[in-house]
Amino acid sequence: MSTRLSTGGRLLDRSRSLRFSFDGHAAEGFAGDTLASALLASGRMLLGRSFKYHRPRGLLAAGVEEPNALVNLGEGERMEPNRRATSVPLRDGLVATSQNRWPSLETDVGAVNDALGRFLPAGFYYKTFMWPGAFWKSVYEPFIRRAAGLGRVPKGRDPDRYEHFYAHVDVLVAGGGVAGLAATLAAGRAGRRVLLMEQEGWWGGRAGVDAPEIDGMTAPAWIERTVAELRRMPNVRMRLRAQVAGIYDHGYAVAAEDLEALAPGRHEGPRQRLWRIRARRIVAATGAIERPLAFAGNDVPGVMLASAVRDYLANWAVSVGDRVVVVTNNDDAYRTALAVHRAGLVVPVIVDARPRPEGELVQRAREMGLRIEAGRGIAKVHGRKRVRGVTLCALAGEGSGLEDIACDAVAMSGGWSPAVHLWSHCGGKLLWDEAAALFRPDRDRPPRGADGEPMVLSAGSADGALRTADVLASGLLAGAEAAGSDEEPAPLAAHDAEEGPILPVWVMPQGASPELRRKMWLDFQNDVKVSDVELAAREGFIAVEHAKRYTTLGMATDQGKTSNINGLAVLSQSVQLPIPEVGTTTFRPPYTPLTLGAIAGVAKGDLFQPVRETPMHAWHAAHGAVWEPVGLWRRPWAYLREGEDRHAAALREVTAVRRQVGMLDASTLGKIVVKGPDAGRFLDMIYTGVMSTLPVGKCRYGLICSENGFLIDDGVVARLSEDAWLCHTTTGGAERIHAHMEDWLQCEWHDWRVFTANLTEQWAQIVVAGPRARAVLERLGGMDLSAAALPHMTWAEGMLAGLPVRVHRISFSGELSFEIAVPAASGLALWEAIREAGAPEGITPYGTEAMHILRAEKGYIMIGEETDGTVIPQDLNLGWAISRKKPDYIGKRAQERSHMASPLRWRLVGLETMNGSVLPEGAYILAPGQNAVGQRNTQGRVTSTYYSPTLARGIAMALLERGPERMDEVVEVARKGADPVLARVVDPVLYDKAGERLHG
Amino acid sequence: MLILFCPHCGVEADETELAPGGEAHLRREGPGSADEAFEGYLFGRVNPKGVHFERWRHAYGCGKWFLAARDTATMRVWGTYPASEAGPPDPLRDAVTADRPGWAWRDLGGAA
Repeated sequence: MSTRLSTGGRLLDRSRSLRFSFDGHAAEGFAGDTLASALLASGRMLLGRSFKYHRPRGLLAAGVEEPNALVNLGEGERMEPNRRATSVPLRDGLVATSQNRWPSLETDVGAVNDALGRFLPAGFYYKTFMWPGAFWKSVYEPFIRRAAGLGRVPKGRDPDRYEHFYAHVDVLVAGGGVAGLAATLAAGRAGRRVLLMEQEGWWGGRAGVDAPEIDGMTAPAWIERTVAELRRMPNVRMRLRAQVAGIYDHGYAVAAEDLEALAPGRHEGPRQRLWRIRARRIVAATGAIERPLAFAGNDVPGVMLASAVRDYLANWAVSVGDRVVVVTNNDDAYRTALAVHRAGLVVPVIVDARPRPEGELVQRAREMGLRIEAGRGIAKVHGRKRVRGVTLCALAGEGSGLEDIACDAVAMSGGWSPAVHLWSHCGGKLLWDEAAALFRPDRDRPPRGADGEPMVLSAGSADGALRTADVLASGLLAGAEAAGSDEEPAPLAAHDAEEGPILPVWVMPQGASPELRRKMWLDFQNDVKVSDVELAAREGFIAVEHAKRYTTLGMATDQGKTSNINGLAVLSQSVQLPIPEVGTTTFRPPYTPLTLGAIAGVAKGDLFQPVRETPMHAWHAAHGAVWEPVGLWRRPWAYLREGEDRHAAALREVTAVRRQVGMLDASTLGKIVVKGPDAGRFLDMIYTGVMSTLPVGKCRYGLICSENGFLIDDGVVARLSEDAWLCHTTTGGAERIHAHMEDWLQCEWHDWRVFTANLTEQWAQIVVAGPRARAVLERLGGMDLSAAALPHMTWAEGMLAGLPVRVHRISFSGELSFEIAVPAASGLALWEAIREAGAPEGITPYGTEAMHILRAEKGYIMIGEETDGTVIPQDLNLGWAISRKKPDYIGKRAQERSHMASPLRWRLVGLETMNGSVLPEGAYILAPGQNAVGQRNTQGRVTSTYYSPTLARGIAMALLERGPERMDEVVEVARKGADPVLARVVDPVLYDKAGERLHG
Repeated sequence: MLILFCPHCGVEADETELAPGGEAHLRREGPGSADEAFEGYLFGRVNPKGVHFERWRHAYGCGKWFLAARDTATMRVWGTYPASEAGPPDPLRDAVTADRPGWAWRDLGGAA
């Protein structure tokens, strides 16, 4: 049984008891506990079930590297899956439940997978779920989906707030252990702006537990003094519970601050804060992570990392068991043996893989009378939901048992791996240190910044320094270097025990049988064993990145913090290559998972995206508008009346325009003014037609192509004066076309004297269309709008209803139509004035759907409907808007390519169904025969399709091979799940072919 | 997340303010050009590991286009200059040469 000791626990506040529950069982802990330490203290070792085999699992670690103890935290909409119990500070009323088990943690049906384990090796899915193909969708995928994933997605919206913080600093120090503190000291004393971030809730890292002597005092005293000195520096900022999670180009770093954890149960305001930091230099003082040893049964609850065993003892006064066997290949684990022994608990044996362990700590253990078995290993662990004992064996052998030893916990240490993640995120390379058996940052190949200088400096045990004096020295040096300081920082003396050399042990015992290797876990979270990596190597997945994906080693939420090095060492033995030649997999941010809430920050709900509103937006909302998003704009799709659905509303609006008069808010149309001595010449390059010859006072329809020849926008151009043109673009095209113009102007014709200005939002624009349009506007007074004074495709400035306006005689509906621009501030006033003046005619506001139907009846194309980035103007029978005389325009050369000139291109036609029905959108027009993969051949597709209230039947526009040459032919149009529909090829202009109405 | 100096408005611009525009110093091929030349202009782009010249627009700043000399592998930036320049200014070429002796790029107008 794990239990709480009556004294000790340097992080505990025993005066404050906290109640919490796990799987419905009530328990108590103290302020300062983590959920993990409180669970252990209450005697609970079994905390979860493994992913694949549903093996019982307990805590392996005490920090962020923990792979097993993932819990559902909280309830309802605040429930959070896959939280590591080691990173959750205990708070009063905390509710946690275990994951990946059914019906309960103690009795889990899925554990049958464990018995079948030998039939579920690496690559099982790839081999088994391949055939028959038809099984994938109906049988395999649902099965895999049910089995996959650990936690469950919370129900409902996250009610908490999150925020982003921006910081610019000279030096960012990641990690507040003694190396990070020393680095901050050096950089802070040099006067730099320093930001120090520590992921845990205390300073000093593991030095507080192991308590070496620093600068003539105990480590905790030195830490306290140093933190106090740093706090007095105005140029130093320090944050606890803030983890530097990722490093990116040019000194960009992302950090996650857990504000909830800073004041467990009492916090107010945002729950988490995402820091977006720019740092000139970054010191990575992120410490090291202890490696497990691979022996059979190393995943049984009660087998833990040696450092974690003494962390629980020293930090939280938790004994993980009464009899703790220590198994190691290095001296550091002896600290655990000594700590357990000093706490009055029993260490039955220290199993040391090394034949002749000699260090100072080994000597101390001998002096205390602890039994040391040298050259030995563990053959197997007894127990299923809890360790009951171990069998010892010779390390060099095949695992024959020498002796059974009863125990209820095992503390293992396979050595330490520097946490090189931050160094590696942005391209820093690693070296294999043979003597210390670890990968460390290669100083000759660091991540570099914009200036070509090293951007990240690594310090402390993250740099491979394992002795306290070395850790401090590298911290000071990195801090001074990061600060660009020439002064050598004053050294810090430190004392800790001399250590003997490590003996790398990747499989224990070395000649273990296949049966034992199938029980040696490498990746605890993803259930990857020694036998899986060896199988991958045998099957040819010998590259480390391949073996990783084949076995899923290191692909769980812990990203292999405790498993990657062991896994690649096993791989290197299998393929008989040295470890550095096998190499590591890529380290990618974030270091530990970020919440989606923190990533989103405030950008959710109404703040997700800005919404652009026209000056008449509120009026539309108050008059029944249903909205269509167009880019960031919201445009009325239709205005609903009482008891009307949206389609009925759109048809009513169309009919009103055709018979009487309608009004449309066209303010969203792009309005770009192009001005200057060379503006005409410039527009002749931008548009396919000629704009330089357009007389002042006239309008001309224009097409804009990309340099690749494809149609990208259209609109009416009005010549305002000798040197100024107003270019209308589509609603979605304003910014894009303005940027397109500026690109050509700045980069290609930079010596042309032209200015462009995007005035889209400066003007409101109202379309008044229909046979009664002129009558309505004349009632407003102030301008001569007669056909003689203002014919089709002209514009005039004047006053209407006492407001300054520019009236364009242009039509997108085929009716008599005026587009009236007015300064944006007067948009609503003019809108209301027109509405009032039109009341006798029953003037009808109409939305985008009616606008679409009206234009389709007239065969007018729409960018994004008839065009899709593969369509040239010639395909749309718009050759009349392309100048044949101009030597050049953007896209002209591209349109000369043979494929663009092919007579077989799909070209615009109208389609009329034989039965009057409405065709499906995007439907294909079928051609005889099948293609090479057995699909029906096609010869065109529907681009726009509507029910026309004017013609009382379905109408459509389509692109059809050689379309205009095939009038009156009947074609087949495909439908999903139904027989094809027959349709006749017709002229796309279906209404008022002569164009008499718009000239009215 | 790059930082590039905008030579027009003089600020160190974060990548979130910038829009990339691909390879710099392309020579436009218009009507009458040979098919191969036009294809090269429209589609043929170098994608070097190392020294590269690129177009960038300070889209959420002054709106101006500029060109940058950058190492695509190490993110070293040697400098930026206005898009109207026909080629990189000499001091910039010298800085690249000092750092990457023997570097070569697509036609830079006879230099380097």
